[in-house]
Amino acid sequence: MKDNPPYLIELQGMTKAFPGVLANDAVDLKIKPGEIHALLGENGAGKSTLVKMIYGILKPDAGTILFNGQPVKIDTPADARDLGIAMVFQHFSLFDSLSVVENISLGISRAVDLKQLAGEITEISGRYGLPLDPHRHVYTLSVGERQRIEIIRCLLQDPRLLVMDEPTSVLTPQEVRKLFLTLNRLAGEGLAILYISHKLDEIKALCHQATILRLGKRVNTVSVDTESTSSLAMMMMGEEMEKIARGQAVATGEIRLKVDNLTMPAMDNTSISLTDIHLEVRAGEIVGIAGVAGNGQDELLKALNGEESCQLAASIIIENQHSGKLGPNARRRAGMASVPEKRLGHGAIPDMDLVDNAFMTGFQRMGLLAKGLINYSKTRTFAQKVIADFGVKTAGAKVPANSLSGGNLQKFIIGRELTQQPDILIVSQPTWGVDAGATQTIRQSLRKLADRGAAVLVISQDLDELMEMSDRIGAICGGRLSLFYPTAEMTVEKVGLLMAGVPLEKGGAHVASFS
Amino acid sequence: MWPHLVRRRLPSKAMVYLSPVLALVLSMLAGIILFLIMGVSPLGALHAFFIEPLSSVYGLAELGVKATPLVLIGVALALGFKAGVWNIGAEGQLTMGAICGGVVALYFYDREGFYIIPLMLGAGVFGGVAWAAIVAFLRVRFNANEILTSLMLSYVAGLLLNMLMHGPLKDPDGFNFPESRQFSDSALLPLLQEGTRLHIGAIIALAAVALGWLILSRTLLGYQIKVAGSAPAACEHAGFSHAKIIWTTLLLGGGMAGLAGTIEVAGPIGQLLPNISPGYGFTAIIVAYVGRLHPLGVLFAGLLLALTYLGGETAQIQLNLPVAVTGVFQGLLLFFLLASDVLILYRLQFGMAAPAVETS
Amino acid sequence: MDLLIPAMLTIITAATPLLFAALGEMVTEKSGVLNLGVEGMMVMGAIIGFIAVHASGSVTVAIFAAVLAGICMAAIFALFVLTFHASQVPTGLALTIFGIGLSALMGQNMVGIAYGGMPKIAIPGLAALPVVGTLFFQQDFLVYLSIAMVAAIHYFLHKTRAGLILRAVGDSHDAAHAMGYSVIKIRFMAILFGGAMAGLSGAYLSLAYSPMWVEQMTAGRGWIALALVVFACWRPVRVLFGAYLFGGISILQLHAQALGIGIPSQVMSMLPYLATILVLVIISRDVSKIKLNAPASLGRPFHPSR
Repeated sequence: MKDNPPYLIELQGMTKAFPGVLANDAVDLKIKPGEIHALLGENGAGKSTLVKMIYGILKPDAGTILFNGQPVKIDTPADARDLGIAMVFQHFSLFDSLSVVENISLGISRAVDLKQLAGEITEISGRYGLPLDPHRHVYTLSVGERQRIEIIRCLLQDPRLLVMDEPTSVLTPQEVRKLFLTLNRLAGEGLAILYISHKLDEIKALCHQATILRLGKRVNTVSVDTESTSSLAMMMMGEEMEKIARGQAVATGEIRLKVDNLTMPAMDNTSISLTDIHLEVRAGEIVGIAGVAGNGQDELLKALNGEESCQLAASIIIENQHSGKLGPNARRRAGMASVPEKRLGHGAIPDMDLVDNAFMTGFQRMGLLAKGLINYSKTRTFAQKVIADFGVKTAGAKVPANSLSGGNLQKFIIGRELTQQPDILIVSQPTWGVDAGATQTIRQSLRKLADRGAAVLVISQDLDELMEMSDRIGAICGGRLSLFYPTAEMTVEKVGLLMAGVPLEKGGAHVASFS
Repeated sequence: MWPHLVRRRLPSKAMVYLSPVLALVLSMLAGIILFLIMGVSPLGALHAFFIEPLSSVYGLAELGVKATPLVLIGVALALGFKAGVWNIGAEGQLTMGAICGGVVALYFYDREGFYIIPLMLGAGVFGGVAWAAIVAFLRVRFNANEILTSLMLSYVAGLLLNMLMHGPLKDPDGFNFPESRQFSDSALLPLLQEGTRLHIGAIIALAAVALGWLILSRTLLGYQIKVAGSAPAACEHAGFSHAKIIWTTLLLGGGMAGLAGTIEVAGPIGQLLPNISPGYGFTAIIVAYVGRLHPLGVLFAGLLLALTYLGGETAQIQLNLPVAVTGVFQGLLLFFLLASDVLILYRLQFGMAAPAVETS
Repeated sequence: MDLLIPAMLTIITAATPLLFAALGEMVTEKSGVLNLGVEGMMVMGAIIGFIAVHASGSVTVAIFAAVLAGICMAAIFALFVLTFHASQVPTGLALTIFGIGLSALMGQNMVGIAYGGMPKIAIPGLAALPVVGTLFFQQDFLVYLSIAMVAAIHYFLHKTRAGLILRAVGDSHDAAHAMGYSVIKIRFMAILFGGAMAGLSGAYLSLAYSPMWVEQMTAGRGWIALALVVFACWRPVRVLFGAYLFGGISILQLHAQALGIGIPSQVMSMLPYLATILVLVIISRDVSKIKLNAPASLGRPFHPSR
């Protein structure tokens, strides 16, 4: 039995096409009970498409699914759940206004007694180390706690296969370690786990087998133990990526942006209040702010770029000028540019074309407005320059922003800000959901901007990204900012502590005085 | 096989223009069915509705008379709707404009002078602006939904006019009818064509179209309006004040509606009455939509909707059809337009069901 | 007491149509759909109910006809908004414009015809109680039904699984869709329910409140009902409270005149509209409270393909 255990699930020749792209091209995948199987690939490699077919959200164009050796048809998520397939999504399917137990009951196909269910939740959360109060309302919970709801919801169904889509992108390194303990225990009990990620370290630490996808095709299926992270990376990307050289010089330029004791109350119960924010960004350096989603990143960006006005003008000092009460356009005139995390609808207007989107933040510094009238020919030239300089793949400047892929839109938005040659750039999640090539372009252009003497502040949930490109790093947690440390002296573990709101030991104090 | 909708990769430019035509055709078909149910010859009814009013100079002039308030208000509402500001109380703002303009006319009832009409028009704009300012203030300051407040204020304005007609503004020599004096000749808008009722208000409406077009397509204000309605968060990011856009569009709508109100009483009506508008303020909502929220479109839509009023009157005289047919037809037109608009973003596909475009 | 009891009775009759319409709209909004066509559905319920009672002579038939009319109107809205992805605000407006026009057309021969009013049902035993008996236990069927609806809707929303699913759809249609719930089907039902309630509300107006047909006899009550839903923070019991509060305001206008206070009748008629604005202002100024209570998906279009 042990030599040749039957596969729990077997995918054969799974194929799915969308207009213009073959998302999955005859992909095979086999998972045994008790196995943690990694599905590895870049953004856009087709991982999400494959799991959506397993979970009945998408219908495959071709291919068969064997479950326990039997061919099955999975037309709806309910079919998948009936078979014993459970899924934790990257974007949680949660209802903010409902309680934990109500949320979980909605994920169960049959009607349940809520009191009894609350008991079961408490029991499971104790057994697997996933603390959670069943009667709390979701909007009061942290992202990590929200993920626990999803996991418990899955476990309550006694699943045979658990699918996890990029589960660690919202967790601190410490929370990741706890999650892995839980997953190992579950696998030990015979649960098969399909673990989707593009983070190689995690896959090395957790998984047994790995299937690598690239451009919709299965590249290989390997035993993780016999591979190194670099060999996995080779298979995932198809080529070696060049590393970006971190700025050599420790920042010695003048202070371009200074935040002094910034405090800002929360707008409502879904947002975070900012408390005692201190921050300096000097000319020529990239400063990174790590943190788990929902800890005040959005609020910080809006406070810095002027979308939210501060109570005290002295809280934010741009080029030695008190700027806390200035609006976004006054701050742009002072040399600041910003890129928000959400592209469609915040950084760009989804259904307006790229010319209009270029005008959106560029009209002042690029002089696109004359006597209250818009100079459209100049705006068009500006948009076309951004498209050409940053390699934005688009059918032209007259197409709406929402017709661009995420990566191309991000290149356009960052290009729009960089072309204005700002002295200060604040950018949130610069490469989230962006494919590998565009990621490189974006990171390189940010470094180039800093090298030219601009102050660059990067807010990101991707710790690897910050470790790679920032000169100094700190973290935001619960609307408070940690001290900042030279990245060269930091480890992922140490930043993880900062992300969890734990100050570093005395040992870090001498570097702390630096900022 | 059931036809089903498939999302287009890019919005269809052609359908943007075709959709109102399709809506008109569908409304006519629905109208034919309605006429058949009512036992009226559909051909006769359609002739009375759409051909008869246009077959005389007088009819064409009347079309201009009716289209004037619709276009004036429609242009301003289009700007507001584009910004996501739902001023649906233009009827009340029109009423307030008529009251204010009318009060000026009645104050000068025994005098002559070139200054009276400009004063009236100014007062009319003021009345509409003041009424809309209440809505803007409550929205910006207290976050009160402008749909409901502007509409409630319409009822209040209607009652206010009614009260004035039964009280202070009643014609002292009017046998106690709830009507004001007739305005003096100096308080009546000059006619463009003798023998018709077409007045210079039509020119003002055309100017409003041109101005609306300039604002929307060339100015920063127009750009801000478009961004505010399309992506509020992007509007904040660009640094445009949402409160300012709410104020501007509401005051603009109120001002234009007020102007239209004064033009009505100083033009075709010539006095204040308890009922000065057959729902122009509400019909202008349809005008704005059928005109694609675009000033030029509003011009055409204003003429079309004016035709439904005229046609309704003709049908009443010739075929004894109730005037309410006009309201039904207007409602149908807006319905079918909204439904046809689905074809801008989606296309109909016959045959095997396939899932719509997946973006992830 | 001689003055008070008739006054209280008028409050009840004035409140009942608002209560029906607002409860229905609340359920629709709980599913995440904003239907601004309440006025149109209501006025259609009023005319169809009135025509039916004259054609059949039966109040029961009339009530069913009015409910059916409300449902048909709501079905048009649902079809356009859910199937054709039409945007909710203008579609609701269109429904109101259409309803007012169509009801005027259908009612052209009904103007001026009177109807005796709905029979009162005395609850045996309780009806004999002093004051309370007259007020609460000698009412017509629809008044009893409206109160029962408050309890039923409260129970449905907060104690049943179907109610939980409805609230979930209103909170996040994307999450509900991802879990395999049919957002469209659930919203369709919620919209139809709203239409049925608006139809009942209209029937009450033309059969009981002022038993006759007048064009646009709803006089903005559909819009006041919409405001009531906001005022009530989407809670059934508070809708009941709000409807009776407004019932009280609208009878002020009747009794102030009877008392001979020298205020023009038009000013008194403005009161319900001004009061609507006032309560909207009071409730809406607390943005976070609205945000916490309003269904998060309210008015947002749902595109399952995206």
